Amino acid sequence: MNSNQILDREFLEIRAKILEVAAALDRIQRAEGDVSSDSRMQLVADAITVIGTEQADAIRAEKIQLLFSREYDTKWLEGFEIASRT
Amino acid sequence: MYYIDPHLHMVSRTTDDYETLAKMGCVAISEPAFWAGFDRGSAESFRDYFRQLTEVEPKRAAQYGIQHFTWLCINAKEAENVELSREVLKVIPEFLDCPNVLGIGEIGLNKNTRNEAIIFQEHMELAIAYEQQVLIHTPHLEDKYQGTRMILDMLGKHDIDRTRVLVDHVEEHTVGPVLEAGYWAGMTLYPVTKCTPARAVDIIERHGSDRLCVNSAGDWGPSKPTAVPDLVLEMRRRGHSESLIRKIVFDNPRQFFSQSKNFVLADPESRVGI
Repeated sequence: MNSNQILDREFLEIRAKILEVAAALDRIQRAEGDVSSDSRMQLVADAITVIGTEQADAIRAEKIQLLFSREYDTKWLEGFEIASRT
Repeated sequence: MYYIDPHLHMVSRTTDDYETLAKMGCVAISEPAFWAGFDRGSAESFRDYFRQLTEVEPKRAAQYGIQHFTWLCINAKEAENVELSREVLKVIPEFLDCPNVLGIGEIGLNKNTRNEAIIFQEHMELAIAYEQQVLIHTPHLEDKYQGTRMILDMLGKHDIDRTRVLVDHVEEHTVGPVLEAGYWAGMTLYPVTKCTPARAVDIIERHGSDRLCVNSAGDWGPSKPTAVPDLVLEMRRRGHSESLIRKIVFDNPRQFFSQSKNFVLADPESRVGI
């Protein structure tokens, strides 16, 4: 499928999914309380920025996955103080 | 199209699901040992569970012409209890010669803790000692990336044939490191927390079809045991060839499982009497 065919096929789904996100954010805003300082809201905002930014390598999904991931510490084994079992 | 679901927890599903799977073309499933939704109290509970996996489920599946294979372990969540885990590890060898056992699994990490890492490595030693294949669970959501990298670090310290290990539940950010390290990778089609069929097909298009499998991981939680046919439909809608689709949903799992001495798959074309 070329890009035009994919856009034809996916446009309404993309529209619907963006509306779902917008409506969910509206719902949060309308509700009592304040979550503006909740770190998850910043993650959502950062993810939306990734979606809207042109990506030369077409890896928006991977970037968003990493955004929502805990950091990987290459020295984790030292922190656990368990012997290497080789 | 015939297909194999390489990861499906049928102990949590009804017999009606076996019937539906058969109608949709499923000819074989493999069922890794997993968390029952509550922590079990003793190694004897696991012995009973392993009997269910090796004696009961194969018969239930066979009524619908589906071959049932399984993997044994104590799952990552209960592996937090090191003492219990070590008792269960002693039980596992009793079952390794059962005709439907493919190997050790699904071992792995859940919250990426020290205890989970200890028991993961002890499972690996068991697998190596008994020359078993390995099926590995990777953590959920925000823990997946870190946990997958930790698992790859631990695997890299063992002298194992990497083509006999499948790292499961990969997504966009973890599939690359798993395949590049030479392991098989599994994608799970979960409604919310893992891959959708569309994203799984994106991953196939981006990373190729070698050493890549797809599964439903249907269990007692929100999941769809017939998710693999959803992927088949999505690939067809995108114009992929029947041979490529077959490779993903049948040839690849068959190739991976065939490295186990217990994997003998009946030719779907020659089945009679079901």
